[in-house]
Amino acid sequence: MALELCGLERSFGPVRALRGVSAMLDGGLLHGLIGPDGAGKTTLMRVMMGLLKPSAGEMRASQGGRALGLEEARAGMAYMPQSQNLYQDLSVSEHLDFFRDLYQLPHADYAKRRARLLAMTRLQAFQDRPAGKLSGGMYKKLGLMLAMLAEPQLLLLDEPTNGVDPISRREFWDLLYEQVALGVTVVVSTAYMDEAERCGKVHLLMEGRLLASGEPRSLLKEHGIGHLDQLFSAEAGHAGG
Amino acid sequence: MPAVEARDLVVRFGGFTAVDRVSFAVEPGEIFGFLGANGAGKTTTIRVLCGLLHPSAGQAWVDGVAVEGDLRRVKARVGYMTQRSTLYADLSVDENLAFQAGLRGMSAADLARRRAELFSLIGFAGTGHELVASLPGGLRQQVSLAQALLHDPRIVFLDEPTAGVAPEARSRFWALIRGLAGEGRTVFVTTHYMDEAEQCGRIALMRDGKLIALDSPLGLKGSTYPRGLVEVDPGAGDWRSAISAQCGLSQPRPHGLRWRLEEQRPGAWEAFAATQAGLPPWRHSSPTLEDVFLKLVEGKP
Repeated sequence: MALELCGLERSFGPVRALRGVSAMLDGGLLHGLIGPDGAGKTTLMRVMMGLLKPSAGEMRASQGGRALGLEEARAGMAYMPQSQNLYQDLSVSEHLDFFRDLYQLPHADYAKRRARLLAMTRLQAFQDRPAGKLSGGMYKKLGLMLAMLAEPQLLLLDEPTNGVDPISRREFWDLLYEQVALGVTVVVSTAYMDEAERCGKVHLLMEGRLLASGEPRSLLKEHGIGHLDQLFSAEAGHAGG
Repeated sequence: MPAVEARDLVVRFGGFTAVDRVSFAVEPGEIFGFLGANGAGKTTTIRVLCGLLHPSAGQAWVDGVAVEGDLRRVKARVGYMTQRSTLYADLSVDENLAFQAGLRGMSAADLARRRAELFSLIGFAGTGHELVASLPGGLRQQVSLAQALLHDPRIVFLDEPTAGVAPEARSRFWALIRGLAGEGRTVFVTTHYMDEAEQCGRIALMRDGKLIALDSPLGLKGSTYPRGLVEVDPGAGDWRSAISAQCGLSQPRPHGLRWRLEEQRPGAWEAFAATQAGLPPWRHSSPTLEDVFLKLVEGKP
């Protein structure tokens, strides 16, 4: 699924969180929304998901070249917020069952997906552990499994690796690459530049504006720089001076 | 005398060994990083050192006081900022500090003095009447730190103090940590952020309850990757199989624009590069602590 953002704006009182963001989220790619705190990454994801209404601008969704209505598109999208409130006293297994009921999945499909997701996240051995007792990395993986249970075509993940150890972080990225290989469009937000270089396409946000969009390597070449964070420092220099 | 010392420390929970014969010594005024994947035994070790958990075997001391001895003396010497905040969200900042002071049996005059010192330390500009629930995450962590320091301990244990905190707030928090060490306090800190680990004087790395490495960041990098790393920008070409199969390099890390490779034999990369026409751009590169962590903890480069 592809999503085209056209001049999206969103204000909260006097704060202009998004100041006209236009970007193309092509289908089947791993997209990175990159930017410092307060750049507007979370607001943009919430607008995409329909949890916030934009103050101005619009979005167009398509699947394999066929235009989709936004409502239809959102039925195929899933969103993992930055801090998730899972049920502390429900186990991994109970969470999956609960979300099966929410999504009204047929039992045969559910059994297959559940087994696949547990294998992929390597959480089989922890099925009976309550969410409140999972490590940071496992907790994030449970959130990801729940987001993927309905087999979305577009996954929005808000800082999915913040605060997890390096090994869990790498496993998490492996999971995302697997999804992309299956044709899913994945959008990840992060404040970490080393993660930006792992994306197929990056969208650099700062103070609610899009600084640049493109394949990481082309952006480096186009701007004659060695690392993407130089684009932010250049911008901060302009703003300050 | 070390500020913190553990000797052959063992903690078992039923049949599970959470801490397995761990020994180390931390010098006064040191920023000591305690690293490992989740479940490696870090928090359990800290709980023993704070006098909150009896070890199954072995001994430990804080500021020369045995942790299994007089608990009042132990607790007077250590401050402990736990992984999940122990501040009461529906009490104000001042109420939280007053409650903590009451538990510690501090006088009103001491509380007032320490409150002023700590507010100045963390640069807290509020009145103290703010509900903890209303504070932004980064500030809440700083108030947690103030609470842990209220009784003026010489040693402070910080268990993932910056987990989930935004990058700018993390860097402010680390400025505080450096300030504490500068005053001669010993800071014992766990983190999953390698840029933070880089700021520690020494790092202990735990895996499955065992201490597997203990050195300065620079020392760890040198001993884990004695030949450094080679960074290759493979471009669009498929060099991975040629590179990993032919020249004794360990499996390249596949993520990102650049691959980071380790030579299994000295000179292996240069020998390989000399025979390859059209090899993508490459350079020798220094290992990062993330490279060290991945190799030592997971056994992969």
